Amino acid sequence: MSSLFRSEEMCLVQLFFQTESAHNCISELGHLGLVQFKDLNPGVAAFQRRFVKEVKKCEEMERILRYLEKEMVKSNTVIAATKEKEMVPCARDVLELESTFEKLEQELREINRNHAALRQNLIELMDIDSLLRMTEDFFEEAESLLTYSEPPSEDSVSMTVSSHITSRRNSNSSTSGALHLSFIAGVIKQERFPAFEKVLWRLFHGNFVLRHAEMQATEELQAVRGAVKKDVFIIFVQGDHVREKIRKVCEGFRASLYSCPKTLYEPKQMSTSVMTQMEDLRMILRRTEEYRAGVLTRAAEHVQEWGSKVKKMKAIYYTLNLCNIDITQKLIVAEIWCPVSDLTLVQSALIKGSEQSGSSVTPVLNRIQTQQTPPTFNRTNTFTEGFQAIIDAYGVGTYQEINPASYTIVTFPFLFAVMFGDCGHGLVMTLFAVWVTSQAESLRKWKNELTDVVIGGRYIILLMGMFSIYTGLIYNDCFSKSFNIFGSSWCVLSMFHPHGPWQNETLHEYHHLQLNPFVPGVYSGDPYVFGIDPVWNIASNKLSFLNSFKMKMSVILGVSHMLFGVALSLVNFVHFRKFQDIFLQFVPQLIFMLSLFGYLIFLILYKWCITLRSETAPSILLLFINMMLFDYQSEHVLLYRGQVFGNNLNDQHGTDTRSSFSQHQKDEMVSMGDIFVYQAIHTIEFCLGCISNTASYLRLWALSLAHAELSEVLWRMVLQVGLKISSGMGSLMLVVLFAAFAVLTVTVLLIMEGLSAFLHALRLHWVEFQNKFYEGSGYKFTPLSFDSLLKTQQ
Amino acid sequence: MASLLFCGPKLAACGLVLSIWGVIMLAMLGIFFTTHSAVLREDVPFTAEDFKGEALQNIYKLYNQVGYNCFIAAVLYVGIGFLSFCQVRLNKRKEYLVH
Repeated sequence: MSSLFRSEEMCLVQLFFQTESAHNCISELGHLGLVQFKDLNPGVAAFQRRFVKEVKKCEEMERILRYLEKEMVKSNTVIAATKEKEMVPCARDVLELESTFEKLEQELREINRNHAALRQNLIELMDIDSLLRMTEDFFEEAESLLTYSEPPSEDSVSMTVSSHITSRRNSNSSTSGALHLSFIAGVIKQERFPAFEKVLWRLFHGNFVLRHAEMQATEELQAVRGAVKKDVFIIFVQGDHVREKIRKVCEGFRASLYSCPKTLYEPKQMSTSVMTQMEDLRMILRRTEEYRAGVLTRAAEHVQEWGSKVKKMKAIYYTLNLCNIDITQKLIVAEIWCPVSDLTLVQSALIKGSEQSGSSVTPVLNRIQTQQTPPTFNRTNTFTEGFQAIIDAYGVGTYQEINPASYTIVTFPFLFAVMFGDCGHGLVMTLFAVWVTSQAESLRKWKNELTDVVIGGRYIILLMGMFSIYTGLIYNDCFSKSFNIFGSSWCVLSMFHPHGPWQNETLHEYHHLQLNPFVPGVYSGDPYVFGIDPVWNIASNKLSFLNSFKMKMSVILGVSHMLFGVALSLVNFVHFRKFQDIFLQFVPQLIFMLSLFGYLIFLILYKWCITLRSETAPSILLLFINMMLFDYQSEHVLLYRGQVFGNNLNDQHGTDTRSSFSQHQKDEMVSMGDIFVYQAIHTIEFCLGCISNTASYLRLWALSLAHAELSEVLWRMVLQVGLKISSGMGSLMLVVLFAAFAVLTVTVLLIMEGLSAFLHALRLHWVEFQNKFYEGSGYKFTPLSFDSLLKTQQ
Repeated sequence: MASLLFCGPKLAACGLVLSIWGVIMLAMLGIFFTTHSAVLREDVPFTAEDFKGEALQNIYKLYNQVGYNCFIAAVLYVGIGFLSFCQVRLNKRKEYLVH
């Protein structure tokens, strides 16, 4: 019987199957996802296992696949998603896939290398091209300078030469006759140019002419080279010795030098040859890119399929490593844990697997008895797996003990809602959860860790929101305002004459007035139909009332929750046949809790039901303290007659139960001294723990108070400012302030308070509820399942 | 036509959600103000003079004023919501064009 009440009954089964059919059988079991393979070679290190080579091969293939996928993403190829269930890959497929992958990888790497080299060539040619174009005018000026016979005057120099030229010229060079200028031309990054110029000045003291111009950044240039700005420069110098120095300087600044023709006609020829070369290169580059795109597209059709195949292969080899291969190399022995109710499914899967592989011998299933603890398996569906996950986060249940997840489905959202209690916020949360649930598949594609958490917990959030609407209606709180649906039970008008004591002058004298429920007509006698009366929202002593109410409610809820936990421990004891524990642990615990905290709850409920005058009502807290101190003085007001007798009874019970803890027997021989000490500690721990756990439930009050106050402050300081402006500008301010109100509500009140209430409700479950009955020392059932393997891949 | 798109897809979606919430909540607030609900009495800007003379009618008038403000704000949010909706549609169209 599979249910969420208790973890499934598991059995240990031995499997025998032939080596040829191993792959098919294991892959069928993997598709089924219901068996966990036990490690039969625990002492063997990872690199000593039998199939370690194959596992390494699979990992290598995965690496190649990752490289391919990266390349595809870079070139924006669309990866087709395959949906069909692929056939199980056998050992032959592995070799085939391996060779395909290696070929693909080599091809791709070669293409990339060629592409990079071609691109470099193209860049150089482009540099030369722009260099040629820029230096045409330089040369024209140089020619004109050379033809001048007389030394050029300062004016003509400045006229013929553009402003880029270095203005100072050595007078020596201008007076000499025919100038024999040699030059060096190149390209340098624009940001390095000023430093370059300075260094040249320092070296040559102006014995050179330097011209530079910025290279026009055409679009093509930018696409090929990137956004780096480069300058073309040309240096005219005298003498070859200087050339070497300049060459070294250029190397230091990483400027690329190109040889340029000396006369005016050669540049044209060179320019055309460079143009044709560039055209050729561009065409080759385009072809290369097309080819690369073709290779990638062809691979993209299969890459998902290959990926899942490789993952499955790796899983199968890993599983084979866990099994025993017997001496004849023909038989594989495996031990698996599987749920008892699924044995027939496992058997049919194995038969199918062996038929597929064509072997004649059917695999043998042999169920064996064992003393080892089986893993804990809780069958969950999409709705319950969220709740099971938050229980398992604290500790996976011991085999076959009560699973608290089934109760957590209701109690967790309820305790959250007690702390969150606002129907407006609850409505927003519910709508958000509905949206996430409906869009769950498309939101999974975002692959963000945060969205994964939200998607995993969407049903939890949905329930939390729905329960919050309910508690919001009970607290009568919607964005900190109350609804008056059924008509308030309090009436202010009756406090005035002739019914009550107030006059017109009373209103002018006093700032605070108190409604007296004993004046006829003020309090109608029937409480508000559902929830807290809306009059409290506008009362100034609202908190005194609500605090008392919420604290008592928290104690009632806490004690009920803990009593429920103790009752669950009874079910555990019955299942595990520990009958002595029922008498020695469960009964004393129950009596202790009921006599102390049950009595407290009785007092609370009794005080709520009777009519008291608030000035003279006895405080339950003082009553309780006096009971513990055995302090009864006649002038204290008693809550009910016979209270003294009731209190005495409780004290008797309390002392009796504590002593019976020490009578606990065990099966094996242990020293009685140890047992006594252990039980004494346990007793004290339980008693103190009860008190501290009950007090811990007061956080239900504390958080709901914080939430209510935060929401009221937000309304008062943000939205009310806009509402109080009565002029026409009020609506514009209201638009802006409402947007701020909405943003702050979502971030502070929903997300922050929501997380806080979630955490505290979870803590209450994990610690205060579960330490009454839950052991949580099991290990989780992790079956070999291809579905979950492939889901983690995506 | 010049690009009318001035916000990305996420901002437009947020604007749409905010506008829907604003319209519903401000419309309801307006209704509660015009029906003179006592729970909202702290949000109405009373002054000491309002209590002299025709006290009740003054108070009701103030309530109605705030209520009308809320309604106008709700209408403005309808406009903002329409704008956000257009942005969402333009963003979707741009997404389809690129591919």
